[in-house]
Amino acid sequence: MNAPARRLELGSLGFDSGASTLLALELGSLRAGESVEIRAEAADLASQLAAWARGRGHRVEELGAGRFQLELGAAHAARRVGAERAGRAPATDVAARPSQRWGLAARGALVEAGGAPFSFRLATADEAWFAGAPELYRAAAAAQWDPGTAIPWDTPLEHPAEVEDALVTVLTYLIENETAALLVPARFATQVHPQFREVLQRLALQAADEARHIEVFSRRAALRRSELGLSTTGGQASLRTLVEEPDFDRAALLLGVLGEGTFVNLLTFLREHAPERCTAELMRLVAADEARHVAFAMGHLAERIRHEPTLLARLASAVRERHDTLRATAGLNEEVFDALVLLAAGAFAPDAIARGHAAVVELVAQMDAGRRMRLRKLGFSADDAASLSGLHTRNFM
Amino acid sequence: MSHRIVLGAVAYDPKVVTIWDGFQRFFALHGLEFDYVLYTNYERQVEQHFAGAFDVAWNSPLAWIEAERVARARGRKARAIAMRDTDCDLTSVVLVRQEGPKSAENLRGKVVGVGASDSPQATLLPLEHLASLGLEPGRDFEVRRFDVLVGKHGDHVGGERLAAQALVRGEVDAACVIDGNHLAFSADGTLPRGATRVLAQTGRFDHCNFTVLDGVNEAAVARFRELLFGMRYDDPAVRPLMDLEGLKQWREGRTSGYAALERACERFGWLTPFLKHMGAA
Repeated sequence: MNAPARRLELGSLGFDSGASTLLALELGSLRAGESVEIRAEAADLASQLAAWARGRGHRVEELGAGRFQLELGAAHAARRVGAERAGRAPATDVAARPSQRWGLAARGALVEAGGAPFSFRLATADEAWFAGAPELYRAAAAAQWDPGTAIPWDTPLEHPAEVEDALVTVLTYLIENETAALLVPARFATQVHPQFREVLQRLALQAADEARHIEVFSRRAALRRSELGLSTTGGQASLRTLVEEPDFDRAALLLGVLGEGTFVNLLTFLREHAPERCTAELMRLVAADEARHVAFAMGHLAERIRHEPTLLARLASAVRERHDTLRATAGLNEEVFDALVLLAAGAFAPDAIARGHAAVVELVAQMDAGRRMRLRKLGFSADDAASLSGLHTRNFM
Repeated sequence: MSHRIVLGAVAYDPKVVTIWDGFQRFFALHGLEFDYVLYTNYERQVEQHFAGAFDVAWNSPLAWIEAERVARARGRKARAIAMRDTDCDLTSVVLVRQEGPKSAENLRGKVVGVGASDSPQATLLPLEHLASLGLEPGRDFEVRRFDVLVGKHGDHVGGERLAAQALVRGEVDAACVIDGNHLAFSADGTLPRGATRVLAQTGRFDHCNFTVLDGVNEAAVARFRELLFGMRYDDPAVRPLMDLEGLKQWREGRTSGYAALERACERFGWLTPFLKHMGAA
């Protein structure tokens, strides 16, 4: 062995109290073939040091009582041979085409060579990334709320039983819609290359938002009723087209821009016409979450379209295809429509019902206007925006 | 001409399949046809080696001695052709509680915990060491066996961990473990800090090797060795395999590190039943 270049004092530290940590720190500054003298007061260190060194490919000799010389083996640096950085840490500098071999590594981490490549489907910046993602993630993280404390669950429920039934009908419909809205981002989250981690984190938070929505809708429905309303085949068929949409961009349009965008109008309507404060507050919180989801989908698609203007045509066909698929279905559950009218009316008198009906007609018009505005923002012509908005599912989501 | 090697190995853990499947892919990439046969115990493996069931055995040190003794009795020749760097120069230790016996002599009348009855490192070698110090197992002290997976020659760590835990709980007065497990049990808290100390340490011994018998296809063995020795830890393609098998470098096989285990086998008559079974006693 070469003469020791350095000396390490372990004192009374043994392998039962962290000696390996100090050793590893010390060896980090050595090159293969260089050695360090180790002085130790701990009893029994010799046999354990020999085993420790053997397992790592180092040589060790006992120089005397409590004195050892350890020579660094070539294997020590082997893990860094051929290793490469998983891009650079800042979000402003994501890799355009990250390697599938970087796998789950943190952006900017040094990745040992030899790992099996992953198969993330959304693996280029063009497909998965947009510059606004980090800010939208931060906003989403900051806006999380606790269903247990954010909603006044003990609000007295004094409205008529029929109004409560109407609300439970709507909540039943909302829960299955939010279930679809949870599954879609959850599925795409598994396909995004972790280089684009803020997109991944955003999708995860979106799924968490929907989980919370399902909870609060279910909890509200159970306040006065032990049974939920009707889940229709038409409603489920409409949602199924979202859940089974395999394309990230098309899903962003159908779910985010059109579906959740339409839902923001619906939730705002439900807040305004809520029979009591508990429902009003939970609709307000859910609408705020959904508005963020819409902003994310808009941000993603705007950037995608900027790089690939022909995407607009592909998105338009997504709307038409979904419409064709759903042509034979019933659209919005009639019970839900009637429940919305009743909630807006608040009473059974014919003039109240007429007011409620007018409010729902106005809601549908607002939904259409909102969709057309968002489609125009993405670059569709006014005519295309109007036609595509008209083809959006009658089930709202 | 392409060569073919069939390996015999003992399935002491499910990861054994992952390991030899990995080697199969590695050898195939380099044009060597490689397959393996797994046994549940080393004695069956040695028996089948002599029956010609495979070409190369991945033998425990005890299995090596068994094979070598059978070969000698039958006028044949066994050879160790390669081993891991981590198979060389191991030691075992006899641990006691901090306030326990101050010398090996003080173990008289005490209870010594050991691993599986066929474990070289956790039973045979430390008991041989104590016997060489004048302490006859069973006569001068009681032996408490922690028999886990007998037939696998202590490849399974379980027996040693049970012995160490029994020592900490005060159920035995000493526990025998290999140095690597002493290190592992200290690091993972099985042995709490300062609770135990080393009472005695064996001399250095060697562990597993690849064994062949005379009559094997020497050209195939030469290619097998060439590919093994060509494995480099800094090659990312083979490093995961070397990590799984627990080595940084393959070394030439050597048999000088098995003398103490042979003495232990003689002293305790360990080999007799197997050698009789093989018609070699």
